[in-house]
Amino acid sequence: MEKMDNKTLYIKLFKSTFFLSMFTFGGGYVIVPLMEKKFVNELGWINEDEMLDLIALGQSSPGPIAVNTSILIGYRMAGVPGAMVTVLGTILPPLFIMTALAYIYIAVRDNAIVNNVLLGMQAGVAAIIVNVVYNMGKRIVVQKKIIPILVMIAALVAGIVYQVNILWLLLFSGIIGALTTIWKLTHEDNEVERK
Amino acid sequence: MIYWELFLSFFQIGMFSFGGGYAALPLIEQELISVQGWITNQQFIDILTLSEMTPGPIAINAATFSGNQITGVFGGVVATIGVTLPSVIIVQLLAYFYFKYKNITMVQGIIQGLRPAVVALIASAGLTIFLTAMFGHSDWPLDLGELNYVSIVFFAIAIFLMRKFKASPIHVMIITGTLGGIVYSLI
Repeated sequence: MEKMDNKTLYIKLFKSTFFLSMFTFGGGYVIVPLMEKKFVNELGWINEDEMLDLIALGQSSPGPIAVNTSILIGYRMAGVPGAMVTVLGTILPPLFIMTALAYIYIAVRDNAIVNNVLLGMQAGVAAIIVNVVYNMGKRIVVQKKIIPILVMIAALVAGIVYQVNILWLLLFSGIIGALTTIWKLTHEDNEVERK
Repeated sequence: MIYWELFLSFFQIGMFSFGGGYAALPLIEQELISVQGWITNQQFIDILTLSEMTPGPIAINAATFSGNQITGVFGGVVATIGVTLPSVIIVQLLAYFYFKYKNITMVQGIIQGLRPAVVALIASAGLTIFLTAMFGHSDWPLDLGELNYVSIVFFAIAIFLMRKFKASPIHVMIITGTLGGIVYSLI
């Protein structure tokens, strides 16, 4: 990596994240691979293995994964100020675009044609969500592990039938995740000792 | 004060959406529709539709747009900051520990435990969206007389295009939007 002063680094970080957020359709699952391409292959600032760790870390944190990953890249390159620069780069384009769109929406929502187009898109959005749920659910079911499948069914019933608050469901499943991890860690330790 | 409430709602949404933009949907539904009553089911779907149609992270798009819908431009800014701030704090804390210890087994374990619940929550929000698209609302009891048959056909076409030809969300939106513009204008 060539030497550069802080200002140049900040500008490059901002520009890269701003343009990725500005011109990428499809949300985080599309933006993150493009970030990898930009920072690993084009700029060569971060090596492949470390980038994979950063992506895993971004997916392990709450919040939008594109935002999380951009914060991690900024932090890795230039600490807390770097993270501030990249998070701004990522959220400013949607902030501008969606604010403008909100005005257009109010102006044209009652137009008959716009209304018909949005009505058609509702079916499309429903299909996209059903497809996402199907893919995510399949990934849990094919592991054939009893605990995750039970948690999924329990959360489904609790959420839809009993309208249990989402935060309780997350807390409950998080505790199960923690207990399973502790069990696994101690179990693996025992195996090592036996050898 | 509305801005403070808006900030807190979106802070909560950002803080507890584990698993990207779609994981924010059940939280947006719970907070903005059920708890606060700021938006309707119909607006919720429109927010999601426009967030899918525009570039950028879906959760940020949805936050900016909902904030704007609720209290105008400043509301959009407040909602966006609210949804982003938890990431800014938590991600840097995690990054600090990661670069120090190179080990986040416990965090990843908890996240793995959360995943099945997150899928169930997205499914629950998905059910609201599906029913609203098919019936115009999602309140029980649902009357079969209100079922929109055109919407079912569009839904089937969209599923077919995604499963068979791996159509991306933006393509699905363009196709169903065009179909809607033509078919609904003719009937």
